[in-house]
Amino acid sequence: MSDTETPTATLNVTAWSPGDDVIEVQRPPEPGAGRSAWRTFVETARGLKTTFGRIGEGVNTISYPEEKVPVYPRFRGRHKLHRFEDTGLEKCVGCSLCAAACPADCIRVVAAENTPENRVSAGERYAAVYEINLSRCIFCGYCEVACPFDAITMGHDYELSDYDRSDLIFTKEMLLAEPLERTPLRNDGE
Amino acid sequence: MSTLAIVGYYESWWVQILKAIVIFAVGLQLVPVVLIAERKIMGRMQGRYGPNRVGPYGALQPLADILKLLTKEQFRPSTSVGFLFAVAPLVSILTAVAAFAIIPFGNVQHIFGERVGLYGVDVSIGPLYLFAFGAVAFYGIMLGGWSSGSKYSFLGAMRGAAQLISYEVSQGLALVGVIMTSQTLSLTGIVTAQKGMWYIVPQFVGFLIFLTASFAETNRAPFDLTEADAELVGGYNTEYGGGRFASYYFAEYLNVLVVSGIVTTVFLGGWLLPFGIHPPGWVDPIVVLFKMSLITFFFIWVRATLPRLRYDQLMSFGWKVLLPLATLNALVTAILVVVTH
Repeated sequence: MSDTETPTATLNVTAWSPGDDVIEVQRPPEPGAGRSAWRTFVETARGLKTTFGRIGEGVNTISYPEEKVPVYPRFRGRHKLHRFEDTGLEKCVGCSLCAAACPADCIRVVAAENTPENRVSAGERYAAVYEINLSRCIFCGYCEVACPFDAITMGHDYELSDYDRSDLIFTKEMLLAEPLERTPLRNDGE
Repeated sequence: MSTLAIVGYYESWWVQILKAIVIFAVGLQLVPVVLIAERKIMGRMQGRYGPNRVGPYGALQPLADILKLLTKEQFRPSTSVGFLFAVAPLVSILTAVAAFAIIPFGNVQHIFGERVGLYGVDVSIGPLYLFAFGAVAFYGIMLGGWSSGSKYSFLGAMRGAAQLISYEVSQGLALVGVIMTSQTLSLTGIVTAQKGMWYIVPQFVGFLIFLTASFAETNRAPFDLTEADAELVGGYNTEYGGGRFASYYFAEYLNVLVVSGIVTTVFLGGWLLPFGIHPPGWVDPIVVLFKMSLITFFFIWVRATLPRLRYDQLMSFGWKVLLPLATLNALVTAILVVVTH
């Protein structure tokens, strides 16, 4: 312990470069008459120069209702129910797994048997009633994960406000309908 | 005993009334312009649009604001002193308008065979008149804050009183240099005395002191301690709403215009143009308004740049820096005036 050199003594601290984009911290001048004058005039002028330069730099505001920030492809917005593209049958078979997975308990499914005269879905049963109460939904996406047939997915719509709570209970027809794509989608690399 | 200033000439009564109406109308129209300009410029400096919903590019926003305020209830706290509470904003706006009257917008013109000076009144005691109304303006804030019966209002008003008194001294002393150089107290006289060189050059220190003190006098950032939204809610106008608040707001911006006008007159050569250009008389008000808008822009610019001072910083700056500087400036000017004469 007496003559062993500590490893920190030989460590070269300046060898590591923080990178070009790292700006050194600019310390304020120490108090004093000369320094005060410096601060009063030079630093104030520097501040004024900074704000003046901002005038031409344009704005960062996104005027929301007119301009929208594009959402990512995996954005979890309003749900969508899907049909098979070839046959037009509903993918949902009324298994209620989504309702079971839902932590907010906002999905209600009432299943019914498919008959040869009235074939709604590809499976044995179909969802006679499929309602999502969007005022309770927390947009966690568990329903999407739970669904064995990819019948329900999370869409990109997030403009869901309404004047009445009962209007926020989306029925099967509303969820199956082509959503009004009001939300721009972010492209790759954006 | 020689007179300090020559009052000039006789103007017929109808010319005076007409002048009063025109200057009042123009002055009051300028306030909304300053309002929207401030919000747009500050918005740009902060990387946002500023108001852009009402009218083209948001140009009608001040009208919407004023309309909103005027249609509001005339609320008054139960602890307030009713009469003073109603009168205080009027005092504020009255003093601002009165001070606006002495700003010269141009030289004497010949209109309809009459000699008309393009100013409300050319008082022979220009700066003194200005400071007199500045001192009365302090009652607008003080009475408003005190009569509100609210702690925040009272604190804001007390701060305002201390601040106005502290900075009025330096402001006055900064003008002494100019008055000594020009040998007149009349504002038109001061302008005509700047024919050779604007006073911003020989009186640069005085210009800086006057401008800095003006920020405090008009309760603008970085000296807006009377309002200090962060700590005093709104300062002296915390309890005000509706039309009375609009009056205070209006008076504040009119004060900015008045100060811009005084700086233009006293330091930037009023209606005079550099390089010996002598335009026809009708250009004079445009020149003055242009110079005023530069100063007003500077006020807005500073507001977007500097953070508010702490109270002790404000006081030590006023008494320990500005006042000695202003005194020194006056002394040096006095010596120079005596030596060069």
